[in-house]
Amino acid sequence: MSRFYKLREFALKRWSLMFLFVLLVFFSITGRGFFSIENYQDIFLASTSIMLLGIGVTFVIITGGIDLSVGFTMGFTSVVMASIVRHLSQAGFGPGISILIAFVPTIAVGIITGLINGYIVAYLRVPPFIATLGMYGIAHGAALLWSGGFPVANLPDTVISIGNRYLFYFLPGKWLAFFHMPEGVPHSALRHVVRLIPLVAVVVIVIALFMVIILSKTKFGKHTYAVGNSMVVSRRAGIKVRSHLLKIYCLASLFAALGGITYVFRYGSGNAEAGAAHMLNSIAAVVIGGASLYGGTGDIQGTIIGALIIGALQIGLVILAVQPFYQYIAIGAIIIFGVILDQFSQGKLNQIE
Amino acid sequence: MAKVEPIISIRNLTKKFGGLTAVNNVDLDIPPARITALVGSNGAGKSTLIQMLSGFYKPTSGEIYYKGEPLPLGNPLSVKNLGIETIYQDLSLAELLDVPDNVFLGREKYRTVMGLKILDRDHMKAESEKVLKRLKINLPFLHKPIRFLSGGQRQGVSIGRALYWNAEVIIMDEPTAALGIKEKKQVMNLILDLKANGVTVIIISHEMSDVFEVSDCIAVLYQGKCVGVREKNKTNIDDIARLIITGSSEESPVQTAGGENENRH
Repeated sequence: MSRFYKLREFALKRWSLMFLFVLLVFFSITGRGFFSIENYQDIFLASTSIMLLGIGVTFVIITGGIDLSVGFTMGFTSVVMASIVRHLSQAGFGPGISILIAFVPTIAVGIITGLINGYIVAYLRVPPFIATLGMYGIAHGAALLWSGGFPVANLPDTVISIGNRYLFYFLPGKWLAFFHMPEGVPHSALRHVVRLIPLVAVVVIVIALFMVIILSKTKFGKHTYAVGNSMVVSRRAGIKVRSHLLKIYCLASLFAALGGITYVFRYGSGNAEAGAAHMLNSIAAVVIGGASLYGGTGDIQGTIIGALIIGALQIGLVILAVQPFYQYIAIGAIIIFGVILDQFSQGKLNQIE
Repeated sequence: MAKVEPIISIRNLTKKFGGLTAVNNVDLDIPPARITALVGSNGAGKSTLIQMLSGFYKPTSGEIYYKGEPLPLGNPLSVKNLGIETIYQDLSLAELLDVPDNVFLGREKYRTVMGLKILDRDHMKAESEKVLKRLKINLPFLHKPIRFLSGGQRQGVSIGRALYWNAEVIIMDEPTAALGIKEKKQVMNLILDLKANGVTVIIISHEMSDVFEVSDCIAVLYQGKCVGVREKNKTNIDDIARLIITGSSEESPVQTAGGENENRH
């Protein structure tokens, strides 16, 4: 194997990384104000929901399944979280304790959703597409019923302040502050303050790194790939395929709940439609990242890149003042392009051997 | 021959798939450190029978005893951990995983780091290399998906995986079906080697010449039933062929023509 082939293999596997790079360079040159730290942070922030949902969906797609319910599970959990925080704080609890208490039922709702999905897929043998399509409707309806069809707002300010906090604030040449905007900054100076490293981004990066280890280094991760290769082979090898699938669907819904929680922190409200667009976006990110819908391949790194491509497109097209509707066309085209490239490269790789 | 305690005893074993009875009330004893061949026409229930032994299928009724103890049913990992390995006809390899992953599939070696089961890849790679070297199986690489290997090489990985765990019983479903003459000879020698080392071997084969070359006794399945067990030295190809085709060792001219056609379907 020469270096050329290795490079080529990398290029075929990680075309999405190169595509992201080209996209960023293109927008940086053509879009005024695109090339700035603040904007790059915004791209990352715009991608965080897709990343969180996408991490869970990556596991599901590697097993050869699909989860259509994550978007509305995200919406449902955001409604649960927001309404519990609101009720508790109206009942006189402090914001900190309200948030901590609300985590428990929110995560529980996520896990229960996943248990139902997983049970129906793994034990009742319903195709994942159908099972999670059912949950897609149920989670959507449940969230609308729970919230009465309106966003759940009026949460304590602490919520949105945590969700939009940065690790560093500094005014070039004047001061640098950690985690808090200093008191008494004049309004005229506010717009010159540089905010660096959003707290939400740090949380998402830590979670993503953890999941990279789970998928690529652990027994659980290996079994996920094995199940996606062949359920029969996995079962013969002694892997408990059904309980593994159950865990995978729970994981996907748990990440949908994390998406819902993140939404509440970022926007200070819960909304049944919070993740409506992200069901397809998260699947798109996973596929752009190189996972095959046939199962057995894909990784978290690819999904993160896929999510960043979608985020960069959304913001880049806005900056170029292109009608935002074009982003749907662009994302759709990239998905198809990516899958075709994947087919092509696998044929090519076979020839090399 | 002196009567020896069987290592595996199958009792009243039945497997139904819906309305189809694939294995019907089978009783069979497998002698230790011998090669037992399981023969029968297509659909006679051979593969179903061995997949109950390997824990893949859970029997509808009946028991299997291993060294006198009941064998866990429908639990592949427990069966493997007791020392019974299976080499499947389709090799049962995960095509997109590499060689060490396949050798250790389901029984990965790991270290627990902060509650996570982190795979010990170096160990698994070294051990896979060792077992392949012992079996004189040369592979162009270990760390690429198995699907880039040739049929014979894959067969090697499948056999290596079964032998790595020092099994006491090895079940082989059509081990030579997809092989060339040279590889076939190697596998036949391997089977005899295993026996010389005290391993019990159960093989399924359609090739009567292979069966008579290596086996010590031959069990015949016919429409899900065990219709005869013969010591190889006390039987011949005609007798076995008659059992396979008619399910009975009695010569009956009336039955031959009609019975044969009926069973071919």
